[in-house]
Amino acid sequence: MTYRFSVNGRGVEVDVPGMRRLLDVLREDLALTGTKEGCGEGECGACSVLLDGAVVDACLVPVCQVEGSSVRTVEGLAAGDALSDLQAAFLQTGGAQCGICTPGMLMAAEAHLAAGGPGGEESIREAIAGNLCRCTGYTKIVDAIALVADQRSASTPEPN
Amino acid sequence: MPVEPPVASPRSLPEAYRLLAADRYRPVAGGTDLLVQITGELGEPPDRVLDIWRLDELRGIQVESDALVLGALTTYAEIRRSPLVGEFLPAFSEAAATIGAAQIQNRGTIGGNVVNASPAGDMLPLLLAADAQLVVGSASGERRVPAGEFWPAYRRTALEPHELLLRISVPVIGDRQLRFRKVGTRRAQAISKMVMALAWRVADGRPEWRDVRVALGSVAPTPIRAPLTEAILEGVAPSETTADRAASTLASELNPIDDVRSSADYRRAVAARVLHRLIREGSGS
Repeated sequence: MTYRFSVNGRGVEVDVPGMRRLLDVLREDLALTGTKEGCGEGECGACSVLLDGAVVDACLVPVCQVEGSSVRTVEGLAAGDALSDLQAAFLQTGGAQCGICTPGMLMAAEAHLAAGGPGGEESIREAIAGNLCRCTGYTKIVDAIALVADQRSASTPEPN
Repeated sequence: MPVEPPVASPRSLPEAYRLLAADRYRPVAGGTDLLVQITGELGEPPDRVLDIWRLDELRGIQVESDALVLGALTTYAEIRRSPLVGEFLPAFSEAAATIGAAQIQNRGTIGGNVVNASPAGDMLPLLLAADAQLVVGSASGERRVPAGEFWPAYRRTALEPHELLLRISVPVIGDRQLRFRKVGTRRAQAISKMVMALAWRVADGRPEWRDVRVALGSVAPTPIRAPLTEAILEGVAPSETTADRAASTLASELNPIDDVRSSADYRRAVAARVLHRLIREGSGS
């Protein structure tokens, strides 16, 4: 079957079995290997991507359900060589170590921030509760996300 | 590589019914259970999959006469966000928030939880305690199955192969209280060790509890009610002593197993403690 959807704003068309995991379509068919496979069963969040703006595990989404949707992956965060604010904050706080969880963490955090999620620690920890990290102890990741939440709320003009 | 069985993606309910009448399909909604089950590591994958994600007839949350009706494809995220659920069935919002984390809540559906029929399905004790009805449909029409009859045996449902679960109808009763508690290894992403829902009614502000329901998951091959424990609480204004008796009755009434997530002893003990606490909180004793 042929499925059409967009990835990072670009229209794509793939001819693959409908039950192929979005994760495999991204990595194998579209060569977007930024999205990682950790557990392959929805426990670890390494393969998190945004599907129509909502964070999902790409290992649990059959591509037949992506038809007509818009997918955003970690490759869609930076503008050319310029890192996004969130990527820069992970660097600045030490929120990235071995890197396997980082793409998923970034996407879960991006979903939280884009939805106007608050910058408090409790709410950030809930937003990334579906993403496992075995290096950082999470604290520096939470710091990075809180930093961006502050930056973005400071740069949003006050409503009149 | 995971198995990739053939899939049909009907765009309307009649089309889905036609496919189901002709062949045997395994439905997939949000995929959070099925995509794990078809890895090929957990037994035979289904021959054919029916992707029901685009069936808009199975979406939406609405009030119909004296019930809140949830489409089978309602996700946990939608349950959490719904002002109607927040107003009429806050315990359902609370339960949805304990399932997986954002990634699972954005995809997992209440209908999937019902049809997957896991003894650990977190929403299922609530459906038992709230006397929910499961509305199922096929080309020959619709029928309603009480939650108490929907899970006859381990991983079995009352669905015929050609039927789909359409929606879940939960009676809204003004004087009914409904409570939910889940015990897992951690707050997110945990399959429950024990999950409980407790319901009761207080007629005309009287202290006695009526229509008491104690329902549990992860302690038996199916989600169950605990009738002996319910009988202890029925018609009684619960005191500390009642809570003690109900808790010890529940501990002896349950017959859980040891498995990878917990032990039988722990499940019995934690169920009794959780019930004790819910009764004390509910009765203010």
